[in-house]
Amino acid sequence: MSELTSQKKWIQVAAIEDIPILGARVIQAKETRIAIFRNTENEVFALEDRCPHKGGPLSQGIVHGTTVTCPLHAWNINLDKGCALEPDEGCVKTYELKVEASLIWLNSDCLSEF
Amino acid sequence: MKKQKLVMIGNGMAGVRTIEELLKLNSDLYDISIFGSEPHPNYNRILLSPVLAGEQTLEQIVLNDLEWYESNGIQLHTGKKITQINRKERTVTAEDGTSETYDRLLLATGSLPFILPVPGNDLPGVMAYRDIKDTLEMIDVSTRYKNAVVIGGGLLGLEAANGLALRGMSVTVVHLAEWLMEKQLDKTAADLLRKSLESKGLKFLLNTATEALTPNASGDRVGHIRFKGGLEIPADLVVMAAGIKPNTALAESAGLHCNRGIVVNDTMQTFDPRVYAVGECVSHRGTTYGLVAPLFEQAKVCANHLAEYGIGLYMGSVTSTKLKVTGVDLFSAGNFMGGEGTEEITLTDSIGGVYKKLVLKDDRLVGACMFGDTAESTWYFKLMRDMQNVAEMRDTLMFGESNIGDVGHQGHNKVAGMTDEDEVCGCNGVTKGAIVKAIRDQGLFTLDEVKKCTKASSSCGSCTGLVEQVLMNVLGTDYSATPRKKFICGCVDLSHDEIRQGIRKEHLISQEAVRSQLGWRTPNGCATCRPAINYYLISTWPHEAKDDPQSRFINERAHANIQKDGTYSVVPRMFGGLTTPAELRRIADVAEKYKVPTVKVTGGQRIDLLGIKKDDLPAVWKELDMPSGHAYGKSIRTVKTCVGDEHCRFGTQSSMRMGVELERMLFGMYSPHKVKLAVSGCPRNCAEAGIKDVGIIGVESGWELYIGGNGGIKTEVAEFLCKVKTDEEVREYSGAFLQLYREEAWYLDRTVHYLQRVGMDYIKQKIVDDAESRKALYERLVFDLKDAPDPWKDFERAGVDVRQFKTIPIIEVESV
Ligand SMILES: Cc1cc2nc3c(=O)[nH]c(=O)nc-3n(C[C@H](O)[C@H](O)[C@H](O)COP(=O)(O)OP(=O)(O)OC[C@H]3O[C@@H](n4cnc5c(N)ncnc54)[C@H](O)[C@@H]3O)c2cc1C
Ligand code: HEM
Ligand code: SF4
Ligand code: FES
Repeated sequence: MSELTSQKKWIQVAAIEDIPILGARVIQAKETRIAIFRNTENEVFALEDRCPHKGGPLSQGIVHGTTVTCPLHAWNINLDKGCALEPDEGCVKTYELKVEASLIWLNSDCLSEF
Repeated sequence: MKKQKLVMIGNGMAGVRTIEELLKLNSDLYDISIFGSEPHPNYNRILLSPVLAGEQTLEQIVLNDLEWYESNGIQLHTGKKITQINRKERTVTAEDGTSETYDRLLLATGSLPFILPVPGNDLPGVMAYRDIKDTLEMIDVSTRYKNAVVIGGGLLGLEAANGLALRGMSVTVVHLAEWLMEKQLDKTAADLLRKSLESKGLKFLLNTATEALTPNASGDRVGHIRFKGGLEIPADLVVMAAGIKPNTALAESAGLHCNRGIVVNDTMQTFDPRVYAVGECVSHRGTTYGLVAPLFEQAKVCANHLAEYGIGLYMGSVTSTKLKVTGVDLFSAGNFMGGEGTEEITLTDSIGGVYKKLVLKDDRLVGACMFGDTAESTWYFKLMRDMQNVAEMRDTLMFGESNIGDVGHQGHNKVAGMTDEDEVCGCNGVTKGAIVKAIRDQGLFTLDEVKKCTKASSSCGSCTGLVEQVLMNVLGTDYSATPRKKFICGCVDLSHDEIRQGIRKEHLISQEAVRSQLGWRTPNGCATCRPAINYYLISTWPHEAKDDPQSRFINERAHANIQKDGTYSVVPRMFGGLTTPAELRRIADVAEKYKVPTVKVTGGQRIDLLGIKKDDLPAVWKELDMPSGHAYGKSIRTVKTCVGDEHCRFGTQSSMRMGVELERMLFGMYSPHKVKLAVSGCPRNCAEAGIKDVGIIGVESGWELYIGGNGGIKTEVAEFLCKVKTDEEVREYSGAFLQLYREEAWYLDRTVHYLQRVGMDYIKQKIVDDAESRKALYERLVFDLKDAPDPWKDFERAGVDVRQFKTIPIIEVESV
């Protein structure tokens, strides 16, 4: 996307009620799978559904606080930044989203890179 | 809110550990000031021995550098000794006049070396061995003088002597008692130790009392040491290592009650409620400790109370000892001398230099003393701490745990024999050298810390024993938790048992209630405690507690087994391993229609369809029209059967029918860990019932029941429980045993772990001897499993969130 047209474009992806509390749903955007998480504070996060360790599907993990524990080998990934907690290292791509009127919108600028 | 002021006196290992624990719990509660009389930040005193021996440098043993104090907002006063505490005004004052007020005061003044009251003990060249200053002085003396004498043949004295000898001095150890380390070793082990140290060049004078120290010819420092009886030998350096005494002078001058140490209660509080104390300076229930492990337990409890959580009691510790002299392998713990009411098992190989003694009381291991081969020491120590019943392993106890077989680290069972390059943790590829380095450089003390920093032992756990041994070898003692108390996870300071009791006593039926009433520090727990609590809730209050799918591991939430690429496997349930042509046809059709990449026969007599997309799962289940297997849950897995008397020429019982009945009975059963059964029709045991949680073997006159078998990381052979006559009895006895396991085992314990913890006698008493107890258990199981819903069909009733099977498509992306 060029600098000139950098006006953000938002796509509606789901209603917040569609995401289980302390759970996630998966969005298929072309080749990329994006996991949308929701916690008990009603915060939502969007991460690529690929653990930085060996690519495990983070959407299938257990969510606690602002962390998800990967179902494959139990790495803990911070939902906000997409980075692994100590002692592990590595980050996964995060996506900008916003919630308006109980609807979740994803910033499609970051999607178009794919 | 204004912060309270916490002042700590004594900048040593126990005190700083308490502050670290406190900061973990709450870093905003206090403004913290620390006074230390040494001019250094907190360092690892234990490692002064390897420093003296030239195996490590001083820089490497710093535990908390100055930056740590600063970044945690702690005001550190090094080189300032507190000489006065005014409890009325709540102030402390240092030698140089520096003064601070406190709301809470923490005393961690450690101990002082005991200096023999003999003439000449104040001569230059006579010293103790306690801190960095002493160590540097000893290193310096060793470059200029020849003859060293160490008074005291205990742990500290021997490590000092070894270090000085390695630095080139000629060292004599003088010891009052009849044998070395008499507080930790019996005579046999001590004699072996002496011989081994003699071969390294040390000399010993046992049964010898010191009378006086005399100056050298020029009169400027010590020159000789004279013993009772008249013997005199040259000594340019005399190190007093004859014991320590708690450093209580300051506390006493402030009027705090002391009795050998500063007296504290189980919350580490002194007689003044504003003043706490931890470390070598305290006396708890009449005991003082001189090793780090118990002090760290004290630190944890003390921090909890300082943080105003007010839970956790210090109940005293069982300690163990290991001498940190490279090349000498020695371990002792508990009551190693034996005595009234105890029995001993010993093994002596005086040529090979190996000696082992185990002391038993009431079928429990209460003490151990080993020399030459200490590979099993961590296991013995664990048996002692857990107070495990060892009656059934008595015959093999001496040979240790390792003769049972252990996979994943090239067959190594002893770290002593491993090189730095050898792999300890096969799952994560961590070598022995990497672990040793991490322990030393990063100041690690516990298994959990090693797990965190190196990842060793954090996956399958089979190398835990090896990692514990490495810790022990580097640090000289075992840092595991207090006896029988292991916290469930970092979210709360409660053990599995305490959580269970809480759920039962308070009649808690939801995760939220458990966390709020039992004092969780995290808002929604973590991936370790949540599944455990969920299990405890639904097993304690069946049909009442709320099952929480989001607290279950994905396999139990999606009711299929996650694979490494994120696809799932489906294992259609074939009760007892029996199937029909119609079922096989449906399986074949599904496999083709959904392009299942792999179809495999499993070890549990089932067919596994691997590589199914999550979104396809509901359709696959529907078209199979069979319940799936819980081939992945902490639940009933499979009942394997052999052919049995319906066809087999050897068969004595209908093993297939029995197996099908059992599997139907147990349908929908969740448990602390997976549960596998097998039924064989005769003792040839083709269904391999000997390595199952419950193994049933038909004989001419009925059935034999075996329990606690396991074919996993550690192969465990099931033990005989009893023999019964009828099919109904098989269901009742095995059901009752499984219910007992479900009610009492800790989450993630297999039946074998539970069996080892409580002992076969206890289980026999509950299941075999006491018919009433058995019937009640069986009834509770039947009640729990009544109307168990089929999660592959009845989504609504089984509480399956079907939204998870629908990926949300994004269509607009193309147009951006
Ligand atoms: C050479 C050596 C080897 C050891 N090996 C082992 C081992 O292998 N395994 C093991 O478990 N333990 C070992 N120990 C024992 C272990 O180091 C101690 O148990 C532990 O350090 C005690 O911790 P503490 O905090 O109670 O006391 P310390 O660590 O001694 O800390 C107390 C601190 O308080 C300071 N202080 C005292 N009074 C005042 C005051 N009035 N004002 C200000 N500061 C004050 C002292 O200077 C000191 O720095 C060893 C000890 C030594 C010396
Ligand atoms: C004296 C020893 C043994 C004899 C005489 C024996 C005999 C038999 C016979 C007759 C069958 C039934 C075959 C059929 O008709 O389908 C059988 C099945 C089988 N045997 Fe053995 N067996 C013996 C020991 C073992 C052992 C030690 C194992 C494994 C550890 C074993 C594993 C099996 C298996 C897996 C089956 C197939 C069972 C099934 O799935 O139905 N057998 N055996
Ligand atoms: S265990 Fe006995 S009855 Fe069963 S298949 Fe083997 S030989 Fe036959
Ligand atoms: S793939 Fe996530 S922890 Fe290994």
